[in-house]
Amino acid sequence: MSEQHSDPRMSPTTANSPDPQDNSQEAQPTAYGSVQAVIERLRASLPAEILVTDRTSLRTYECDGLLHYRVIPALVVLARDAEHVRTAVAACAAERVPFVARGSGTGLSGGALPHADGVLIVTSQLREIRSVSPEDQRAVVDPGVINLQVSEAARPLGYYFAPDPSSQQICSVGGNVAENSGGAHCLKYGFTTTHVLAVDLVTPEGEQVTLGTTAPDAPGYDLLGAVVGSEGTLGVATSVTVRLTRTPEDVRTLLAGFRSVEDAGAATSAIIGSGIVPAAIEMMDALAIEAAEAAVSCGYPAGAGAVLVVEVDGPTEEVEQEFALIEEHCRANGSFEQRVAVDDAERAAVWRGRKSAFAAVGRISPDYIVQDGVIPRTALSQVLRRIEELSAERGVRVANVFHAGDGNLHPLVLFDDSVEGQGEQAEEVSGAILDLCLEHGGSITGEHGVGSDKAKHMPKMFTATDLDTQQMVRCAFDPAGIANPGKVYPTPRLCGERPGRRAEPHPAQAAGLAEVF
Amino acid sequence: MAALDGIAADLREATDADAVDGVRPSVVACPTTEDEVSEVLAAAAADRLTVTVRGAGSKLSWGMPPASCDLVLDLSELDEVIEHQPGDLIVSARAGTPLSRVQQVVAEHGQRLAIDELVPGTTVGGLIATNLSGPLRMAAGGVRDLVIGVTVARADGALARSGGKVVKNVAGYDMAKLIIGSFGTLAVVTQAYFRLHPIPAAQQWLTIEAPSAGEAADLLAKAVHSQGVPSAVEISAAPGQPATVAVLLAGTERGVEARIGRIRELLGPSCQPADLGAARLPEGGIRLKLTSKLSAVAEVTQAAVDLGFSVRGSAGAGILHAAADNIDLPHALARLREATAAAGGAAVVLDAPTDLKRTVDVWGPVGGLEIMRRVKDQFDPDHRLSPGRFVGGI
Ligand SMILES: Cc1cc2nc3c(=O)[nH]c(=O)nc-3n(C[C@H](O)[C@H](O)[C@H](O)COP(=O)(O)OP(=O)(O)OC[C@H]3O[C@@H](n4cnc5c(N)ncnc54)[C@H](O)[C@@H]3O)c2cc1C
Repeated sequence: MSEQHSDPRMSPTTANSPDPQDNSQEAQPTAYGSVQAVIERLRASLPAEILVTDRTSLRTYECDGLLHYRVIPALVVLARDAEHVRTAVAACAAERVPFVARGSGTGLSGGALPHADGVLIVTSQLREIRSVSPEDQRAVVDPGVINLQVSEAARPLGYYFAPDPSSQQICSVGGNVAENSGGAHCLKYGFTTTHVLAVDLVTPEGEQVTLGTTAPDAPGYDLLGAVVGSEGTLGVATSVTVRLTRTPEDVRTLLAGFRSVEDAGAATSAIIGSGIVPAAIEMMDALAIEAAEAAVSCGYPAGAGAVLVVEVDGPTEEVEQEFALIEEHCRANGSFEQRVAVDDAERAAVWRGRKSAFAAVGRISPDYIVQDGVIPRTALSQVLRRIEELSAERGVRVANVFHAGDGNLHPLVLFDDSVEGQGEQAEEVSGAILDLCLEHGGSITGEHGVGSDKAKHMPKMFTATDLDTQQMVRCAFDPAGIANPGKVYPTPRLCGERPGRRAEPHPAQAAGLAEVF
Repeated sequence: MAALDGIAADLREATDADAVDGVRPSVVACPTTEDEVSEVLAAAAADRLTVTVRGAGSKLSWGMPPASCDLVLDLSELDEVIEHQPGDLIVSARAGTPLSRVQQVVAEHGQRLAIDELVPGTTVGGLIATNLSGPLRMAAGGVRDLVIGVTVARADGALARSGGKVVKNVAGYDMAKLIIGSFGTLAVVTQAYFRLHPIPAAQQWLTIEAPSAGEAADLLAKAVHSQGVPSAVEISAAPGQPATVAVLLAGTERGVEARIGRIRELLGPSCQPADLGAARLPEGGIRLKLTSKLSAVAEVTQAAVDLGFSVRGSAGAGILHAAADNIDLPHALARLREATAAAGGAAVVLDAPTDLKRTVDVWGPVGGLEIMRRVKDQFDPDHRLSPGRFVGGI
């Protein structure tokens, strides 16, 4: 199952979706307590206006950016401060009731999908930037602060927050931390995990702890490193200390048109092979370009089978040298048209096509799935050829947009849900693309996370022992299994068990509660 | 040791030379494959033996001495660069492989694992276990930013992997982060995948002196915040000597040349090209790691110098190493804990004579200790992997 996304104008797809309950509520280690008891506790301890229980309002929160999984939570807590979060989690812990954290709800893997008999804790109202310290290259922000706002606050001081997911105008820093989000520029600057130094966390047992320090390498186990990317399964972040990056002196952006994705891929390899680490290398194929043209008239080179957007930044003297080399590599690999953006306005124009790509596909197809897989970059042309074959064999169109520099593919699988069977076919192609990624030694997700959507694919990537061992981390943080249960791992680990001694089937499997993958 | 007797891996009786910080084991096991590592650990589990992992043994006395060590698991024969993919900028190696060997292999393709070998002889496993980083920390990050996948043998012998061989990957918990800097107390690293960086076409160090570390604050700030993007900004200082600020520029030939001029303009005419050689820890029987927010690095360095330490470290990252002999450690440590805490960091005793270590809390206060204990209980429920070596007696 992969990410399924609908054009905002169209009604969301549900016909081909598995029952979300399968994913969100399978195989609980023990029975959960009563959410009613939690509601009563919180009515007594939290302001009434931050508790949402009426059905219509609850519906607002039934899904995240992955529209076809929907679950209505029993209670939503619109936390206004860290203490509200702690109170809510503590009540869940006391009653052994599941809770799910939610930031802006832009996640594309169903990470913030609510639990029907649980509490959804929304952190988007915690949105104060507490401090910006350029002298220390740090900012301390609430989890609900929008990604781009951190950069906006720091830029006048010569700094910015490097992780730049395409959703950066709406997604929250708490969500970035939970998903270890990337973006076009993480090729050079790294993912969220590189840019987070400390987090105040409400543990699943309702305690506040601070993990990490303003300085790097806090003594002890790097618990923070485990929390970043854990998709809300190890607790709720209530404050985040991030690294700020010095704004580059110079930025130069190249838009290069190629006849084919093979040529564009060869140019990418040549650039990386020559020892340059560009800030970003993004690729779009003909179908993705067509969609972007239809949506935002980005004016990409006519007749291009693929375009590359290559950006370099840094000291002017270096940027000049590297940029000249990049242009050369593009030409040598068959680029027939090149445009250079030298100022912010031109740069924005070049990026507009790329950044709008997901939504743009809605212009050429009523429904589509946004896939997120990773391959070693050297396998790029091979994998793209296979995707093309798959697409032809199954008669399903696939538009390719991706972070070419680090092999992170975002194939957009197009279909029309009103046509019988197309949804299933699209699902199959989307799943086959993930298998291709794994065949080539890659990953089932590079940045959108596992969430509800891909938990079932985890056993294709990891052995049972790998998964069991990874979940020991969860048992340390959340022995009761109430923090965002059912996400990331298909089968929960029973935390009381001794590792590696399980000969008989998992009790939940034996009871028919869980599938064996 | 009934279980241990039946295994295939090489075993020998321990000698005094195998002592771990004064604790003498009875057996040394030298597995040559990951399966043998697994087998040794499973047998040790059955026999309830305590285990300390050894790579090159260069940092074995770091942290507290283990409360008990029956078996030394010597990984020096688990040494192989498994896979180098120049086009993907990745390399994998088994835990006992010397870092220098990895560097040699990848250098043939103009690449490097962008981490400094602060302690000569360091192995891949030792690097991960101790989380050491040098000047390149500023530009390329630390071990945590370079490891993309890790395979460990658990205390019960099971082999488990997290991450993978692609740089971008968010599938599952990033278990490698927990293993990095865990000093062999959680699991045994058997192999790791790293991301690589191209070796820059040109590199040049520039150095400039300040009368003292404290008075270097202004120079450090200028260098660290420069848009000339130094790959490293280092400070080194010792009692009775002026402090040295060193700036590393890396990039294209012409680019570096032009930036040298700019940095000299920024820092002053006495800023000169210099040949620094490989980065090393400062010398001394007592070694500390001090961390600090960037704006307080000069101050923390000065505090350490005033207490008799030689200091060297990354002003660009806020990670310093201090060394000394013959100082009043309890007093110095208390003072440095104050200074680093005020600077948003911490002071840790990496190494000191065993008896001296016992007079202080080498790790100091730690946030999240309760969860750390539970992590330990999960991974090593019988507390057999270097018990007592790590924070809070873990
Ligand atoms: C158009 C579009 C483009 C996108 N582009 C990118 C991209 O380029 N790169 C990329 O990486 N992602 C991208 N995404 C995915 C998404 O925006 C990111 O995953 C983002 O970080 C999610 O943030 P959020 O605040 O919306 O989190 P949510 O969707 O609300 O939650 C995501 C996960 O985080 C957890 N969570 C949220 N807040 C907290 C908290 N305070 N404490 C603990 N856990 C918490 C939730 O439980 C959930 O598991 C895109 C999404 C869209 C819709």
